[in-house]
Amino acid sequence: MDWILLAEKAILVVIIFVISLGIAAYSTYGERKIAALLQDRVGPNRAGPWGLLQPLADGVKFFTKEEIIPTASDKFLFIIGPSLFMVTALMTSAIIPWGKSFYFGDHEFSLQVADLNVGILYLFAVVSIGGYGIMIGGWASNNKYSLLGALRASSQMISYELSMGMSLIALLLISNSLSVRDIVDGQAGDGNMWNVVRQPLGFLIFLICAFAEANRAPFDLPETESELVGGYHTEYSSMKLGLFLFAEYINMFVSSAIIASLYFGGYHFPGIDSLNLSPNIAAIVSVAVLFAKIIFFIFFFMWVRWTLPRFRFDQLMNLGWKVLIPLSIINILLTGGWLTFFGN
Amino acid sequence: MNFYLFLILSALTLLSALVVVFSRNPMYSVLSLIVCFFTIAAHYIMLKAQFLAIVHLIVYAGAIMVLFLFVVMLLNLNKQNEVHKTNMVKVAAVITGGLLFLVLIASVRTTELSAFTLPTNNEIGYVQQVGQKLFNEFLLPFEISSVLFLSAMIGSVVLSKK
Repeated sequence: MDWILLAEKAILVVIIFVISLGIAAYSTYGERKIAALLQDRVGPNRAGPWGLLQPLADGVKFFTKEEIIPTASDKFLFIIGPSLFMVTALMTSAIIPWGKSFYFGDHEFSLQVADLNVGILYLFAVVSIGGYGIMIGGWASNNKYSLLGALRASSQMISYELSMGMSLIALLLISNSLSVRDIVDGQAGDGNMWNVVRQPLGFLIFLICAFAEANRAPFDLPETESELVGGYHTEYSSMKLGLFLFAEYINMFVSSAIIASLYFGGYHFPGIDSLNLSPNIAAIVSVAVLFAKIIFFIFFFMWVRWTLPRFRFDQLMNLGWKVLIPLSIINILLTGGWLTFFGN
Repeated sequence: MNFYLFLILSALTLLSALVVVFSRNPMYSVLSLIVCFFTIAAHYIMLKAQFLAIVHLIVYAGAIMVLFLFVVMLLNLNKQNEVHKTNMVKVAAVITGGLLFLVLIASVRTTELSAFTLPTNNEIGYVQQVGQKLFNEFLLPFEISSVLFLSAMIGSVVLSKK
């Protein structure tokens, strides 16, 4: 067992964990500011300069609120639900390559926790178990609104997983690898384009499915306040509610990172090789580039939320099963045909 | 190290499998079955079969168990008040269970335990290796099983249309 490697990975995991939480916290601030911008309001501006301490104030509020566990609920599962949701939200970040490697002398410090040979499949496995937290939490609350929200969440996730997986198959056909780092590196260098250029339809399908899997508007049907009070988290209070809400923002951060890595060149940008930077500077620049892309996509998630109205549940199911699945099958056929007749 | 890991994993697998059978609450049965699948996937990883492990998680933990959970949630079986079973059913259950046990004993008795060696090739479980085998040596069985799955899909659609 290589202890240096283990220590390196442990440090990297802690850093990614802290960054995920930090970005998620400031996403809540960003969401309010963007909502305010789009609705011609001011947004939070009381706590600290420009309201920058608002996430801190929210955190303190969540921690100090009264903790309520309904008497008729299943207490064990009631606590497990939000915890599991948080864990699955954080797990996906393990396979994202955050930048080029740092070099200390001869020693290479890779900015990816695990370069799995089956990286994309790991991503898919974590996404497919991501619904359990909501399902368990909603069921354990012993409340009809929560149960309905949980059922909606699970059926929505099952439906959109299919087209998400099939849009990824077309991506795998052109990148010839399941490893996320290979896919990112395949989008850089001479004659290689970002995958969004080569897979426009696949990207569109993946983006829509990412919105649905992250339970974001316009697909936030599991928590529609106008029909289901609060959906699956109706009975939750204090930090357990905080975990549910927070995990949604972490999901958004990780989905943005995945979209950027799979379709927008990850930590590469056109012309990065022609600058002739020393390896460590190039690594810092590549991390900054990836985070710029991620922040753009987080902004995009929020922009869509405050622009589009919510879907109806039957519309959601129709879109998933009757539009996206046939489209993704067509996309696979087109990609396969292109590869057969024109080469890569 | 690997040996202790194996022992811990096996204990977890057996424990969660036992909870599936003995739990009075179907919800807990389903959830511990999911835990059981996870530990089995961990066993696959220890045998250097990453692809098999991850596909096992996607198919069983990710798809099939979600449907199980879905059904259990809808059936509202959480009150733990099972329907009273008649003696006839109990006797039949004991007989069938005993017969299954007999078959298991018979098959275990004739198995020879051989010393297990880990595959020396670290890449044996990679997607590339599995794909090479599947699409060369086992192409015909692979295609036939895909036709079988297709017919099952069509069958379920036809049944739900009735």
